[in-house]
Amino acid sequence: MDREQVKRWEAQCIQEQPPACTTGCPLHVNARQLVECVSRGDFKGGLAILAGAVPLPLIIAHICDHPCQTHCRRSDAGDAIEINALEKACAEFGGTVSPMRVPSPKNRKVLVAGGELSGVSAALLLAQKGYEVELFESGPALLGSLRGLGESRLPEQVIAADLEALTLLGVKVQCNATLPFPECSTEPASLLSDYDSVFFEARMWALPNPDDSLTLATPHVGVFAGNARQEQSPILAVYEGSVAAISVDRFLQGASLEAGRDNQGAYASRLYVNTKGLTVSPAVRAAQGASYSKEEARQEALRCIPCQCLECVKVCEYLEEYGAYPKRYVRQIYNNECIVMGVRNGNRMVNSCSLCGLCTAVCPEKFSMADVCLDARQSMVRKGKMPPSAHDFALRDMAFSQSDAFALARHQPGFQSSQTAFLPGCQLSASSPEHVAACYEHLRTTLPGGVGLILQCCGAPARWAGDEEKFQEALRALDASWSSLGKPSLITACSSCFKTLKEHLPHISIEPLWPHLDPALLATAPPEPASRTLAIHDPCSTRGVHEVEDSARALLGKLGIDVVELNEPGLTTCCGYGGLTLFVNPALADKTVSRRAKQSDVDYVTYCAMCRDRFAHQGKRAIHILDLVFADGSTDLAARPDPGFSKRQDNRARLKARLLSEVWGEEGSIVEPSLKLQISEDIRLLLERRMILIEDVRRTIEYAESTGDKLENPTTGRSLASFRSACVTYWVEYSVIGDEFLVHDSYFHRMEVR
Amino acid sequence: MSTTAGSPQTPPYICGKCKQALVLGRVMASYLGSEFPVELWKCPGCGKVFVPEPLATGKMLRVEQALEDK
Repeated sequence: MDREQVKRWEAQCIQEQPPACTTGCPLHVNARQLVECVSRGDFKGGLAILAGAVPLPLIIAHICDHPCQTHCRRSDAGDAIEINALEKACAEFGGTVSPMRVPSPKNRKVLVAGGELSGVSAALLLAQKGYEVELFESGPALLGSLRGLGESRLPEQVIAADLEALTLLGVKVQCNATLPFPECSTEPASLLSDYDSVFFEARMWALPNPDDSLTLATPHVGVFAGNARQEQSPILAVYEGSVAAISVDRFLQGASLEAGRDNQGAYASRLYVNTKGLTVSPAVRAAQGASYSKEEARQEALRCIPCQCLECVKVCEYLEEYGAYPKRYVRQIYNNECIVMGVRNGNRMVNSCSLCGLCTAVCPEKFSMADVCLDARQSMVRKGKMPPSAHDFALRDMAFSQSDAFALARHQPGFQSSQTAFLPGCQLSASSPEHVAACYEHLRTTLPGGVGLILQCCGAPARWAGDEEKFQEALRALDASWSSLGKPSLITACSSCFKTLKEHLPHISIEPLWPHLDPALLATAPPEPASRTLAIHDPCSTRGVHEVEDSARALLGKLGIDVVELNEPGLTTCCGYGGLTLFVNPALADKTVSRRAKQSDVDYVTYCAMCRDRFAHQGKRAIHILDLVFADGSTDLAARPDPGFSKRQDNRARLKARLLSEVWGEEGSIVEPSLKLQISEDIRLLLERRMILIEDVRRTIEYAESTGDKLENPTTGRSLASFRSACVTYWVEYSVIGDEFLVHDSYFHRMEVR
Repeated sequence: MSTTAGSPQTPPYICGKCKQALVLGRVMASYLGSEFPVELWKCPGCGKVFVPEPLATGKMLRVEQALEDK
């Protein structure tokens, strides 16, 4: 994985961006965390958060003009959180502010001219950094402008408590002071013979205000001055002191005054917060006086949302599964890849994403977990670090679809060319081979110019497995089949084929099957479903592709179906098969489809054979759109079971043989197996769960019976056969009953034992 | 995988080819380039090894997964 790309992905996820209350505060007080402390009754913790960001925390807790509250997202539903009142509660109930650590002295001398909020703040922050600070105030006391606010608004003892820090840090305070040289406010540079740097509050500064609000630098090097406008707001005045302290420190350290200060002061938060569905609630009012009681403060704090994005995590079982959010996952996946010696615990996580794109669809920044996981998988395959067990079964199934057992490319009988060709896709052929045959017949009778047929895999499983070599090979093979038919326009019944060809073989014209099916032209009337109201599930492969989604709805309309939408356009979910999740993390795949299945009690209709079978597997009644066009009306359409892995391959092979015989009049090439198996439903389900094909069972028994290489149980008469094929050793326990073989058990291991 | 991966109880099988009872013996297990000795039941004649189901779906699977994540 490319390190720079990883950083870009991390930056794209905004979950860790500070909330609007924090970015709206010029000093970036972490109000969300402070409020969370209060909600737990931890006033001391709340006060520590305030004191960590603000040099005069108790005073600010009492008189802050709280710009944070104007940005509070709680106000989308009711009142903003009373953040300042909660700060005040922290000041009142949080005990004393922890004493500051006295730093080691730097032996550099700074003069702060002016003892109001900005001057005192600057003096405190510079003293904390170890500078020798002299604070000159022309009035009789520090913070003179705050002294008249009254005991109820700002008690004298609060001012005194905050100012104690000056004494603790050894700031030399001089009130009723005149500056050392009367002319120095007009010739400030003259001060630099006695001080290494100087900060003037605006009212002590006789020259025009500096323009540079980022650094407060004046034309005189080492001299900084405030801006009168900021003094109107207590928090801006303190902020100004903080800006001055940073500039003086940087100046004295010889560092750049401007670098890295882009997010200084208030700015707009990037954090997206969805406040839809939030219950409206008014702010808690203090019953007595102007301050909250502890309980009132706690209740007010509990109104905090709190602000976070998590839009993708809320809708995705996979992103929820690992307990964090994309920014963290990107880092974990990158770290997993970087492990040279040790255990790569993240492999399963990388391989569990269904690559369905729902996260991108809901993300305000269009972050794609699919891109991250696919990139990581491709990298694992390239480095030979992809666990063989992850995708082996799916890739062998794909190889079957590419083999002669299924693959076929033919012109319509009686035609030397094909104007169009039908590409039904492997999964429809696996699930409903009879529909493939019916569709092909319908297309042949309704479309002019010859309709060819291509039975082949588009390579999507290899793409999902991160195996680019196999994927490109599959694309080349499909491209060759298409060329062999004279480059016809393709019509497909598979959303994954549609997406794969659109993205990777863009020179091939491809369209969905659905607009080509006209119920009015069918030989027999369409069957009647149990209910004419069906909830539509769009496959994730063609998420938001109107050409596909709209045409499926149009066909359902022609069939007289009332369609219920399960989600807003473009926000469909995966069935758990996408990205090969099913093979890597079957439990997660089941959770994914189960979540979707629970969205409506109505029977589902979908136009992806795999999605339909996944619902059926989960016990959710679901109909494939072609069931509504072609199925035998005598059956309950929505109750058709999932055929399972073994039948899927068998169906494909039989479909090819049937079409060769029925359409082209050739002898079907299917050879019925000579070895007859008896497999109970329990054993069939066990084989499915363990991903063992009946064909593997048959080959294992065949090997044992032809070679005698097996174990025998003399008591039960059962045999135990083992056979190694494609890096897997299969074991089958069976008994011989007449000329048939009754299967009792089957399992496998990948390890070779000799 | 410990060296006593097989069950200590005598399995109910005999070798189908040699018709001999299985005995505990040392065999080599290998996966993804790692190779280590294990004690399993096997035929003293032809060396046919017995891998019981609980071993294949339990401990062996866990070792395979651990080696895959190395």
